[in-house]
Amino acid sequence: MHAHKENHAFEPKIVAFVCTWCTYAGADLAGTARLQYPANTRVVKFPCTGRIDPVFILRAFQKGADGVLVSGCHPGDCHYMAGNFHARRRFAAFRALLDFIGVDLNRLQFSWVSAAEGGKWVEVATELTERVRAMGPMREFRELETEEQWSGAIDTPELQAAYEAIP
Amino acid sequence: MSRIGVFVCHCGENIARTVDVEKVAAEAARLPGVAYATDYKYMCSDPGQNLLKNAVAEHRLDGIVVAACSPRMHEKTFRNAAKSAGLNPFLCEMANIREHCSWVHEDRDEATAKASDIVAMMVARVKKDKRLVPITVPVTKRALVIGGGIAGIQAALDIADAGHQVVLVEREPSIGGHMAQLSETFPTLDCSQCIMTPKMVDAANHPNITLHTYSEIESVDGYIGNFQITVRKKARSVIEEKCTGCGVCSAKCPQKKIPNAFDKNLGTRPAIYVPFPQAVPNTPVIDRANCTWFKTGKCGVCQKVCGPGAIDYEQEDRLIVEPVGAIVVATGFELYSITEKPKGSPIKGYGEFGHGTIPDVIDGLTFERLASASGPTGGKILRPSDGREPKQVVFVQCVGSRAREKGISYCSKICCMYTAKHTMLYKHKVHDGQAYVFFMDARTPGKSYDEFWRRAIEEEEAVYIRGMVSRLYQKGDKIVVMGSDVHVGVQVEIEADLVVLATAVQPRAGADTLAQKLGISYDSYHFYSEAHAKLKPVECATAGIYLAGACQGPKDIPDTVSQASAAAAKVMTLFAKDELEREPIVAKVNEKNCVACLYCKKVCPYGAVEEKEIRDRQGNLIRVVAYVNPGVCGGCGTCQASCPSKSVELDGYTDEQIMAMIEAL
Repeated sequence: MHAHKENHAFEPKIVAFVCTWCTYAGADLAGTARLQYPANTRVVKFPCTGRIDPVFILRAFQKGADGVLVSGCHPGDCHYMAGNFHARRRFAAFRALLDFIGVDLNRLQFSWVSAAEGGKWVEVATELTERVRAMGPMREFRELETEEQWSGAIDTPELQAAYEAIP
Repeated sequence: MSRIGVFVCHCGENIARTVDVEKVAAEAARLPGVAYATDYKYMCSDPGQNLLKNAVAEHRLDGIVVAACSPRMHEKTFRNAAKSAGLNPFLCEMANIREHCSWVHEDRDEATAKASDIVAMMVARVKKDKRLVPITVPVTKRALVIGGGIAGIQAALDIADAGHQVVLVEREPSIGGHMAQLSETFPTLDCSQCIMTPKMVDAANHPNITLHTYSEIESVDGYIGNFQITVRKKARSVIEEKCTGCGVCSAKCPQKKIPNAFDKNLGTRPAIYVPFPQAVPNTPVIDRANCTWFKTGKCGVCQKVCGPGAIDYEQEDRLIVEPVGAIVVATGFELYSITEKPKGSPIKGYGEFGHGTIPDVIDGLTFERLASASGPTGGKILRPSDGREPKQVVFVQCVGSRAREKGISYCSKICCMYTAKHTMLYKHKVHDGQAYVFFMDARTPGKSYDEFWRRAIEEEEAVYIRGMVSRLYQKGDKIVVMGSDVHVGVQVEIEADLVVLATAVQPRAGADTLAQKLGISYDSYHFYSEAHAKLKPVECATAGIYLAGACQGPKDIPDTVSQASAAAAKVMTLFAKDELEREPIVAKVNEKNCVACLYCKKVCPYGAVEEKEIRDRQGNLIRVVAYVNPGVCGGCGTCQASCPSKSVELDGYTDEQIMAMIEAL
């Protein structure tokens, strides 16, 4: 439990989109049981995985997440009967899109963690953190972000050159 | 510009030990929109809440973030505090820096940084929070109790005595459950039938209780205060209203050799039967799988002999819809059987105990039937194989339970006490017999429990051997029990006439299916989960559903009865009001954008989405849009994530709020 802390050159930021009934409660249980895991995850709570719009995942990558975890109730155990089934379908299609636009799918993890599975939450969070840590930072989307807001960086040599080239 | 207040709780040492709370508060104070930030030892205490209320007034706060424990713990507390300070309660959010931070990380710098991040995310969110007003819904003052064992009967009687209607649904042909099968009960050794049957009769005769036996829950719709339950009343082939319970049909049935499950298959019963003589209702049921009429189309004896003409071979399953406001789940337990590995059971089987092929190796419930005066042997302890009286009986505790290598890590709780009881019952009936008990620990907490156990050893001369049994095998007409005595440090071999295994208490088969219908959570063993292990031991996380008895975890009769009454009290609390407030976490449609593709209608698990026609003053149809009925909406938000035109929004979890959190990363 009291593992020696290692220092890593890079600490990834992991965003976890979880449902309130199963995985959020499972993460709470990990706390109550004082299980230890890397401090890289930031949890965003939803009523149900069915509420999670794929755009949130894109946005998270864009805003600095190096890995994203989506987790809800086990199939059949959804508090809202079927939300996790809709989520499963949606993300099956979304994964293909992410793959197509060149996001390494290892940065994205879907899992089911029930309210009674504190241990599984720790496993999932630790595994993803370690995997993404080895992969290094996710730059592609943040670079796009900079391009989108390029007006903030007018003093690049290329721009300067272009500016001076104006007769 | 927002004026947000941030309150960082130390939770005594729980948070402050690993998180630098002062630093978190100082960093929060620098966040845009934060007007006030502080830390305090116990935010949930009275002075803590007062600090919050005063700060709202003093700093004219229009939003609050309490960085403390999980919102599942104290969100209500702080929202109420915000409300009493004059703030809309939905403008108060919690940043979970205990369960999700201080308790799971050890490095102080990392934990502090994470806590600051969590606070920043919640501050960003609270700025986008909207004032929401709770929805009031009417309460149907009728309760459903699932399971007619002692837990269900107790809960049903308590609620019915308070003047409310109760629907009691039982899967078997009779109510009574496991308690009706027991011979005597610890620690007083009073006869189980004597204390159980009057309660069964009370439940059946109660003017406020509607009894559906031989019935199962088909489906559950709705929400707290307004459930719609569909009950499947299985075809009994006997018209309940006409049957007088005379028993002639059972006496005349030519098919008599069917093992009686109530007697753990020790005795037999006819194809038309009541499970036991004191059954309530005393209405037989035809076991269609074994009935000659249903198998061959010939016989019909029961119909010929039935005076009132109550036999109906054509009867079909009926579906009955019952509107109720609250549900008590009391589905009980079953014992793990070493005979066959139950489907889905975590136990990996007991090959070393002969897999149930040795006839004189029985479980505790079978021993109860042997000892019961109304059992197949009339209360004589006789070996199932040859009907001889056993002179040496070995009891083995913890079969399955507390055996991580077998797949179950929990303690079944009742076995120590019932095994002690069994040794006594045995000694009372077979005076020259000797009982041996193999045990790991004797767990006897409870009023008069330890005294009872001591009595089994000191007065009834049961020999307790501390150690495990490694193997059982048949040798002639004896069963050799190989075990160890860890106190003496030797291997023990006993040639026993009968072996009784205290097998693990497990939830009923199908507990998971029922949970899925109800929308309640369960653990990996399929025991139902309570909302909070200590402070909400009766409530489910799903509002309006309560737990009683062994379906939540192994329990003895006193604990079960207490919990059943507690569940009943919770139901009565709910029924004390005519209307109840629901969290206004419901979806709303932006009619300007909606193009009525009605994809939301397709995905809605509640059927809450309707088509709404927008008409002009002359009544001409302008267009159709979607409309979410707030009374029916469960608040999952699947519609919002599915809406192609982003025209539907879930209050409390709007895109704005979520995006604000992500952007604050």
